[in-house]
Amino acid sequence: MPKRQPLIFKLVSDRSSRIFLSVLAVVTVLVPLCNLVFPEGSALHVSTYTVTLLGKYLCYALLALAVDLIWGYCGILSLGHGAFFALGGYAMGMYLMRQIGERGVYGHPVLPDFMVFLNWQELPWFWYGFDSFPFAMLMVILVPGILAFLFGWLAFRSRVTGVYLSIITQALTYALMLAFFRNDMGFGGNNGLTDFKDILGYSVQADSTRAVLFIMSAVALALGYLICQAIVKSKLGRVLVGVRDAESRTRFLGYRVEHYKLFVFTVSAVLAGIAGALYVPQVGIINPGEFSPINSIEIIIWVAVGGRGTLYGAVVGAVLVNYGKTYFTGAFPELWLFLLGGLFVVTTLYLPKGVVGLFDRWKKQTDTGAGSPPPPDPADESQARPTKAGAA
Amino acid sequence: MILQTRRILQMVFCLLLVCAVQPAKVLANESLETIVSGIERANFRDKAQRVEQLAALDDERVLPLLKAFLGGDLYVRKSDKILFFLEGSKAEDPITNLFTGASATVENKRLYKKVSVNNAVRKKLRAVIAELQLRSPDYDIRAVAVREMMKASDPLNRPQLLAAMERETDSGIREDLEIAIALIDAQDATDSDRQIAAITRLSGVLYPEVRVVLAGLLEGTTAETIRRGTVEAAARDAMAEIDDLIALNKVVENVYFGISLGSVLLLAAVGLAITFGVMGVINMAHGEMIMLGAYTTFVIQQAFPELIDVSIFIAIPSAFLVSGLVGIAIERGVIRHLYGRPLETLLATFGISLVLQQAVRSIFSPLNQSVSTPSWMSGSLEINGVLSLTYSRLYIIIFSLLVLLALTLLLKKTLFGLQMRAVTQNRRMANSMGIRTGWVDALTFGLGSGIAGIAGVALSQLTNVGPNLGQSYIIDSFLVVVFGGVGNLMGTFLGAMSLGIFNKFLEPFAGAVLAKIAVLVFIILFIQKYPRGMFALKGRSAED
Repeated sequence: MPKRQPLIFKLVSDRSSRIFLSVLAVVTVLVPLCNLVFPEGSALHVSTYTVTLLGKYLCYALLALAVDLIWGYCGILSLGHGAFFALGGYAMGMYLMRQIGERGVYGHPVLPDFMVFLNWQELPWFWYGFDSFPFAMLMVILVPGILAFLFGWLAFRSRVTGVYLSIITQALTYALMLAFFRNDMGFGGNNGLTDFKDILGYSVQADSTRAVLFIMSAVALALGYLICQAIVKSKLGRVLVGVRDAESRTRFLGYRVEHYKLFVFTVSAVLAGIAGALYVPQVGIINPGEFSPINSIEIIIWVAVGGRGTLYGAVVGAVLVNYGKTYFTGAFPELWLFLLGGLFVVTTLYLPKGVVGLFDRWKKQTDTGAGSPPPPDPADESQARPTKAGAA
Repeated sequence: MILQTRRILQMVFCLLLVCAVQPAKVLANESLETIVSGIERANFRDKAQRVEQLAALDDERVLPLLKAFLGGDLYVRKSDKILFFLEGSKAEDPITNLFTGASATVENKRLYKKVSVNNAVRKKLRAVIAELQLRSPDYDIRAVAVREMMKASDPLNRPQLLAAMERETDSGIREDLEIAIALIDAQDATDSDRQIAAITRLSGVLYPEVRVVLAGLLEGTTAETIRRGTVEAAARDAMAEIDDLIALNKVVENVYFGISLGSVLLLAAVGLAITFGVMGVINMAHGEMIMLGAYTTFVIQQAFPELIDVSIFIAIPSAFLVSGLVGIAIERGVIRHLYGRPLETLLATFGISLVLQQAVRSIFSPLNQSVSTPSWMSGSLEINGVLSLTYSRLYIIIFSLLVLLALTLLLKKTLFGLQMRAVTQNRRMANSMGIRTGWVDALTFGLGSGIAGIAGVALSQLTNVGPNLGQSYIIDSFLVVVFGGVGNLMGTFLGAMSLGIFNKFLEPFAGAVLAKIAVLVFIILFIQKYPRGMFALKGRSAED
């Protein structure tokens, strides 16, 4: 029996985790420092725009991490994870709306501008409590969590799997998008929630607030990473991989497959919700467009490009693809969709393990035998369950 | 009873033609000129007489002239006493020479004098015009005239209507005449027996005027109606029956709308039912195949702008070929490498869909293009006063059923269909029997995509053609296929129809968006209960 290590050491025992967390820590310290300490014009200055942009990437990275947890390790391809992200974002947005108070265009002490505009007389019941930060944070976790729990409970219990699950998750986010586009829903309709003033008393526009939000996003990402690591390294994680590779067999071995799936799906949704909540104050707007199915599918491509089933690969993918998006939509807007589309095709055809897999292969070729064994490669045929076409 | 808007349009067109009188005819119709000359100076009694004289003439200019006279649009030019009539109400509107048909704009309205008309003359005019129209040999003019009399419901027209009744041979117009007479009688309190008989005749008649008249009777002066309670009761009964019929017609209309929405869904989904249902391939680019079909229609219309009415028949096979070939290219290039990995296929084809969308955006424009509808597809079929079925929807329903029929025949009766089913059921065995499974895969995918292209042709007639056209149908199509049961064309058909009807019945209560959300939620819950859809395949091939 080996000596028991504290959990935290076990979680970062592999080299890639240590590298990932160290890089993240360095970025977390350096970026805000360079933004706040060095004056504008200095060579080392990082503009607030960059800080916000990087903060946005970190939120996307957390979202990608959440998707990788269920897709890479449990084989649940959710095409509706954007919905949980957006719900978390809306919960945060509602808090920020309430913080505007009398400073809105119409100066109403309680009602947000869009409600005054729609001639509403009082606050709808579901807006109660959102003036309190702890309550809003609770909702950031609970709303996506409960929705994912209910949805997952229904879906996994009746063994909706594979493509069918993907399609109904897509239907879910599509339905939510249509619902949030309606003005009567009380979430700002088409325009969404925007024009935020401050968070916990600090202006959302201020450099220091941006820096703190950036640090918070980085910390959330690190914690999310550790939580996911804890899940996948545990015995539970092994069962999840079992479910991914041979669901029926795992069930026949006596595991309650749906419970495992439900647990990991809910955790993933909560992580996505937190990512959304951190995203909204940084970009300053949340609108129903976040629910659109194409957004959810884009998350999948981040994970696929990075390399699924590796956790840090998802982070790498999210940052890479989004950096590419920022660059190309600015420089060659015509090209971006060609590139993104091409990325989908190339990744699925030639890079089943993503960029991380490419890197591993290259490393294996250069240093023969030496060093730690490569990280587990669960991406291999994770959809191994044969379909009709394959089985026939 | 069947009255078509197209006929009304034709009638208007005829009238316009009538207005454009050729100068050659002027000499042949001296009499008209003699009758109208000096009409502006005549007294009203003389005018009424002249109107009668005019009515006796066999001249196609008489009717427009009388109508203009009635409408107060008849003018005389002060300089040469030539009659003109004014089109439209504004002073700048063109004025038409009654005799030559030439139009001119009014430079100075003071150069013209209106031919005055009083109530007596108006009454005469109305009667004469109605008489002329009712005598017209043209079915459409008669039908319109009866409808107009129904609307006017003027007791003075009663003798004319009765006379027309004697002459009339067409059963539809006879029925309308009966209704027009009954409408007049129903409002005539002098003869209560006849009134009740008329009201009974009106019961169940769906013209809007009938309901207005009956409602008027029920709300009429209380003292009188109480005295004649039987009339009121009869009116109430007739009204109730009409309301029942209206409700029934609303249901029929909703079913019709539902079926037409279902047909659109069916067209969009049936190609997917083949690629997804038969091959097990998730084609997220299916919507873009629809879009390509719609753009093919657009391009063909641009290429042959003079052939709008028939270009759709060129577009259908072209769209099938374009989308089908693109589909085969996708299958050979990408999907072939991903068989047995449905989720990867989903991602790769989604990538292709983005590329195709952007390609269309770059080649054409990000804006919507408008595709014109052939004239034979516009208009509607009027079943009765409250129910009319638009032709475009009707054709789409027929078209989608034809596509489904053709597809079923192809699958069940041809060698290719046989091979396709063989590959679906047991790929390796089919291969051993000498079927080139690779080719069958490619052709099957091409077939599914080609049908999506045809769906695009149909959709281009209903909505704007834009790069996002396909995207808006892809989720619906998937839901239809999944709801109906994968690998089952009948299931797809029933799934599409029931979702369409369900949606249209919810819409009046919930509004379009909420109805759509309700349908989505319904399907999400339905799949929990029946994960393999309404008609799941049974047996070994269903296991995966």
